[in-house]
Amino acid sequence: MNDNSPETKIKVSVKQLNFFYNDTLALKDISLDFPDRSVTALIGPSGCGKSTLLRVLNRMYDLYPGQRAEGRVEVDGENIISPGVTVSALRAKIGMVFQRPTPFPMSIYDNIAFPVRLYRRLPRQQMDELVEEVLSKAALWNEVKDKLNRSGLSLSGGQQQRLCIARTIAIKPEIVLLDEPASALDPISMGQIDELIEELRHEYCVIMVTHNLQQASRVSDYTAFLYLGELIEFDTTNAIFTSPKIKRTEDYITGRFG
Amino acid sequence: MKLDPGILRKRRLMNRFMIGLFHLAMIVSIGVLAAILIKLVADGVHSLAPSVFTMSTPAPGSKGGLFNAIVGSVLVVFFAILFAVPIGVLAGTYLAEYGRDSRFGHVVRFCNDILLSAPSIITGLFIYGLVVLPVGHFSGWAGALALCFIALPVIIRTTEDMLRLVPDTLREATIALGCPYWKMIVSIGWRAARPGIVTGIILALARISGETAPLLFTSLNNQFTSFSMNAPLSTLPIVIFQFAMSPYRDWQQLAWVGSLLITVTVLALSIFARLFSRRKT
Repeated sequence: MNDNSPETKIKVSVKQLNFFYNDTLALKDISLDFPDRSVTALIGPSGCGKSTLLRVLNRMYDLYPGQRAEGRVEVDGENIISPGVTVSALRAKIGMVFQRPTPFPMSIYDNIAFPVRLYRRLPRQQMDELVEEVLSKAALWNEVKDKLNRSGLSLSGGQQQRLCIARTIAIKPEIVLLDEPASALDPISMGQIDELIEELRHEYCVIMVTHNLQQASRVSDYTAFLYLGELIEFDTTNAIFTSPKIKRTEDYITGRFG
Repeated sequence: MKLDPGILRKRRLMNRFMIGLFHLAMIVSIGVLAAILIKLVADGVHSLAPSVFTMSTPAPGSKGGLFNAIVGSVLVVFFAILFAVPIGVLAGTYLAEYGRDSRFGHVVRFCNDILLSAPSIITGLFIYGLVVLPVGHFSGWAGALALCFIALPVIIRTTEDMLRLVPDTLREATIALGCPYWKMIVSIGWRAARPGIVTGIILALARISGETAPLLFTSLNNQFTSFSMNAPLSTLPIVIFQFAMSPYRDWQQLAWVGSLLITVTVLALSIFARLFSRRKT
């Protein structure tokens, strides 16, 4: 774990964000900066708004009428929740991996090639190279290199999740959102995902929702604790887990509630 | 707590009784199907000669087959499905992807459910008024249109149901990659739902290949072999209807053969549909 250095660049800056599910206020006046090239964990009990916050960052809530955000969310200085933003371009820049593995019903190869083809036509050989490159990065290449034409659904849960991570980084995002990426997996697969997150942090701004406090303390550089839609405390992971400033944070991480 | 042996005995007895009932239900339903098949094979198979597939429907007392009826049925059913599939799949996709909670979606879904259970003879009469009367004569097109309206609600319903089974997380995962919504439907939604949608289409095909009532008022009949969709067309169900009701032995015999052909075709289509839906993507 790195301790934060003062010159860390801020990648995503959330300012006075309110979020509504119809008339229910789910996020209350959240202000929070996510540094680049590091892992930030969002922790808190179920329903505290961690996943909601994640889904604001790539405008996933657009899919559902009745959900809306107020305030500012700046990515590289641009407010991404203003109506003028091209969401597909935004989502190309911000990848997301979900709790349950979601391989597409197509071959392992095409699971990687499909998102790439959304953005550019690559000659076969370049595509082959890219597929190998990202599968290697996701520590999956050795397991699947002989069966790239098999369905993505034929893989085990842990392999599927690594395939989804590979697919996400194939379109070269700058930010990677992880929504409890290991919670549906067995302990060994979980360890592999954690190692992968370690790798991702060198190149991306990684924001991860997790219920697993050990995972948060292991792999993240910064931790934000949310409770009932409010940001209670945000600091380096080290500080949050060793000397939280706020009583409620301490109660949560020591298991006294939540 | 220890289980009372009396309760245990009662449970076992009840269990046997219920399993017996299930077996009975199964035997009754399979028995009906088996009886139909056995009867059809027994009475139809010995008249199943090559001439059935090469000669047209005869005048009473002369030699003939069902060639014109088979040709007519294939034509009418083919065009019916050809029109019903694109409209049905698109409408079902609209309902599942865009019209889930919209008022318009609810209205369309409700109308479709009514169409689904509308008596097929009404559909036939409707096309009679819509096409046959203005044009002035019966035709294969009118028959195809009537069957199309019977296949359409089945296809709309299965397409919607199958797309709704595609998990929302798969949709979100595709959208999260920056994929436009329409492309997500085409590349991921349809692909994930494909076995189910194709099964629905095959079952609709099986359903309309045996329909008689809607054809009575639309394609009528033709005792000669015709490939023209603009003229009245002979079809298997209509020929069976006409021949089975006739007093002539040889006509009745051809009706048996026709029934056997339709039943075997429908059975084969249904089995094929089951096999297809079981296949994994």
